Amino acid sequence: MTLGAMVAQNVFFWVIAVVIAVAAIRMVTTNNVVHAALYLVGVLAGLAANYILLAAEFVAITQVLIYIGAVTVLFLFGIMLTRARIGRERGLTARQWPIAVLVSAMLGGVIAYAVLDTFGDDELPVRDSFVADNTQQISDSIFGPYLIPFEVVSVLLLAALVGAIVLARRD
Amino acid sequence: MLDNAYLVPLIPAVSFVAILFFGKRIKGGQGAHWIGIPAVASSWVLSVAVLWQWIQRVEDAGGEAEHAQGASTMVDGVRALLTRVTEGAEEGHTFVGAVINTVDWWTIDGVDFQVGTLVDGLSAILLFVVSSVSLLVHVYSSEYVKGDRRYTHYFAFLSLFTASMLFFVLAENTIQMIIGWELVGVCSYVLIGHWWEEKPNADAALKAFLTNRIGDVGLMIGVVVLYWGTREAGQNTFSIDTINRLAASGEIRHLILLVGALCLTAAVMSKSGQFPLHTWLPDAMAGPTPVSALIHAATMVVAGVYMVARLYPVFYEGLSIGTSSINVLAFVGGFTALMGAALAFVHWDIKKVLAYSTISQLGYMVMALGVGAWTAAIFHLVTHAFFKAGLFLGAGSVSHAAHHTFDLREMGGLRKYMPSTYWTFLICSLALAGVFPLAGFWSKDEILVGAFRGQDNGYPLMLAFGLIVALMTAAYMFRVIYYTFHGEYRGHGVPHESPRTMTVPLWCFAGLAIVAGVVNLPAPVLEPFGLEGLAHRIETYAEPIEFLEQFDSFTVADPSLGMAILGTVMALAGIGIAYLWFWRGLGPHGLTERNRVAWHGYHFLENRYFLDHLYTGVIVGSIKGPIARATYWFNQNVIDAVVDACGTYSTRFARWLYRNIDQGVIDRTVNAGGEGAELSGAGLRKIQTGRIQQYGALLFGAAAVLAVVFVIVI
Amino acid sequence: MFVSQFLLLAAFLFAVGVYGVLARRNAVMILMSIELILNAVNLNLLAFAVLNNAISGQTFALFVIAVAAAEVGVGLALILLIYRNRTSVDVNDLDLMRG
Repeated sequence: MTLGAMVAQNVFFWVIAVVIAVAAIRMVTTNNVVHAALYLVGVLAGLAANYILLAAEFVAITQVLIYIGAVTVLFLFGIMLTRARIGRERGLTARQWPIAVLVSAMLGGVIAYAVLDTFGDDELPVRDSFVADNTQQISDSIFGPYLIPFEVVSVLLLAALVGAIVLARRD
Repeated sequence: MLDNAYLVPLIPAVSFVAILFFGKRIKGGQGAHWIGIPAVASSWVLSVAVLWQWIQRVEDAGGEAEHAQGASTMVDGVRALLTRVTEGAEEGHTFVGAVINTVDWWTIDGVDFQVGTLVDGLSAILLFVVSSVSLLVHVYSSEYVKGDRRYTHYFAFLSLFTASMLFFVLAENTIQMIIGWELVGVCSYVLIGHWWEEKPNADAALKAFLTNRIGDVGLMIGVVVLYWGTREAGQNTFSIDTINRLAASGEIRHLILLVGALCLTAAVMSKSGQFPLHTWLPDAMAGPTPVSALIHAATMVVAGVYMVARLYPVFYEGLSIGTSSINVLAFVGGFTALMGAALAFVHWDIKKVLAYSTISQLGYMVMALGVGAWTAAIFHLVTHAFFKAGLFLGAGSVSHAAHHTFDLREMGGLRKYMPSTYWTFLICSLALAGVFPLAGFWSKDEILVGAFRGQDNGYPLMLAFGLIVALMTAAYMFRVIYYTFHGEYRGHGVPHESPRTMTVPLWCFAGLAIVAGVVNLPAPVLEPFGLEGLAHRIETYAEPIEFLEQFDSFTVADPSLGMAILGTVMALAGIGIAYLWFWRGLGPHGLTERNRVAWHGYHFLENRYFLDHLYTGVIVGSIKGPIARATYWFNQNVIDAVVDACGTYSTRFARWLYRNIDQGVIDRTVNAGGEGAELSGAGLRKIQTGRIQQYGALLFGAAAVLAVVFVIVI
Repeated sequence: MFVSQFLLLAAFLFAVGVYGVLARRNAVMILMSIELILNAVNLNLLAFAVLNNAISGQTFALFVIAVAAAEVGVGLALILLIYRNRTSVDVNDLDLMRG
């Protein structure tokens, strides 16, 4: 890989990372629920871009399709159906947010430490030639070794679907 | 017989048991004397045999070449012996050891206790005296207590007393002496309280016994002290012979001998009626008269004198009799003599007069021992036994005639009705007063001489006492004779002479009172008769001659004609004074009513120096009263208070314990456990808010902490 | 590129998601924070898949996405029910289990 390519990768990564970080923080601190949902979209999109950066395009597309397409819509429906106020509302942050900061900081710190301790010097392998067989590999893997989990997931989806309908039925 | 002397007390002892078991069956309860008299008679015969054999022993040891050879008959033997005796040893005394037979009784810790007999001249003489007086009293009693409610009992204890006294006399060691001493005390108690249904008699018996007990303390302490003395000298024994030997040879320390002698003197004071423990003797007259004659005139009361004579080296060395001019024994004896004689003047009971006379004469004997006149004391003991017993039996006879009264004021003029009694009484009184040539004269004279120039120094104070008492003795005896036998009969009824069983013993005693002096006549008296050998027989046969060799200063006083004359003058003066006062009525009659001092003196004497008041009222009363009350107070208030306090405090403590510890601490702890659980539950419940985010926070927080712990720390 | 970049980013997202779960009062927003967490995990998986050149990481990420979708559906159905019963989706009001 050429130096230019490497630099470009790094730059893109950092830009995307900043976007994600800002979006995430805003999501958990905003007082507007709808805004929070949109910020979530931002995070998801940034992540999809990251996946492409990692040469996992199938997963990236799936992310966009499912997460941003379906899940976000679901969330918006949920917000609407639960009569969330359009606009700001006061006090969406709970009273115990300092403890939450502490706990999350601790957790984050631990994970970061562990990560740095173990993988601090590992580099991602550099690919010289770019072969677009990611999707094929994934499908080979799904319908090969991971066939059973695939079927199970489909059943799970079915169960979730049926369950959600049953739960939300108005009668 | 000397080796079998134990038979002498054994026979009366057996008779005692026999009378107890069989006496009531003989003649319907009035025949016990059929056992008692033969027993004592055989005892008397054996005593004579002992005496006989002892004399023989002394003669044999004297190195006489003349043996009773060819004495085929008893009479020849007697004659031969008498020949030897009369031509006797003039060259001096020879030592003859006592005959000692012992049986081992038991041993403890290296100390041997033995039982045995010690026969020497002194024991032999006393055996004879005791058995003779006892025999005559037995015969007299068979008439005197005839028809009595406790006839059998009386004779039983008379036998026991005889046995005890004989046992005492033959005692080989001091332990046996104590046994005999106590036994005669018990018999005295029983016999004095013979008619115990009347309280005064029972009281008198108790008084005698308890007063003797006080002296017995001295006896026991003295015996123990002497034992330790022998222990110091390495001998470790109670044997009298050994004690005497050690005391005489100086192997026992003087201090021990002194202490022992003083303790034994206390015993003598109580048993032999010395001042101040004499108070029991007059009251002991509550018993039957033969008992008084036997016990309180002739035998038991001389036990003390005998004891001193027996252990004489202890006293001689301990009290330094040989070298001093006054000592405890002599002074006590002399003072007793004087005091007893004074009291004899103021009593109206004939037996009490005789009792005080006995006290006075015992004082004489003790004084004699105190001044070193050992032989004189024993001699006087023998003669006194005879004539005092005679006087007592005479008094009994008189009372028999005067309807059982002993009060002089209800008698009088009995001379006409009872000649036997009168003459025997008179003879015995003269002997008591010490008139030549009766027995009392010789013995009293020897005592006076002993006081005059006995040892290194004479005992002048004792001599003065002796002479004054001689005068008083004669006077009070003739007062009694006057009131009893002269004048007109003041009682009621007609008096009569006593039966033969009573008068015969009286004559025996009178006879003995006349002739008993023969046994120790001084040599100058017999020289004209060529019978010098007879002189001083008691000395020869009885004196502890062994010790003479060791007593540097023991001397026997030479008889003094001057002293004899002086003694007789005193006696005659006493008789004369009595004659003048009573028969002629001269002198300051009624002085006591006119003169305050005289009245007080009389009052003092009449109340027996207020000694009884002192003993009963002051000493006993104070113990009974204030001291007993104080002890009771102490018991109730102090001891009971302590006990009650313990109880109260225990209860209070228990209550406190219950309230504070049990209820307070323990229950609170238990309750606290429960409350703690409740509180902690209530506290922990606050966590269960029901809010998911809180649970989530806790969950994630815990996970974070764990993660930190596992990742970073470990 | 260092793999640790991706991992750190994932860790950051995870921490933010945890904060959101613990500190948001609206139940829907809590669900959204859970989605953040799941996405952080996805990123992790993919980074490791690329590091180790194993395709199963990506496969698994797909599964995670599927499951996350299902979960959101069911979760929102539940929140709807709660809203119907309580007319509020404030989690502070859901304290019937208090005690």
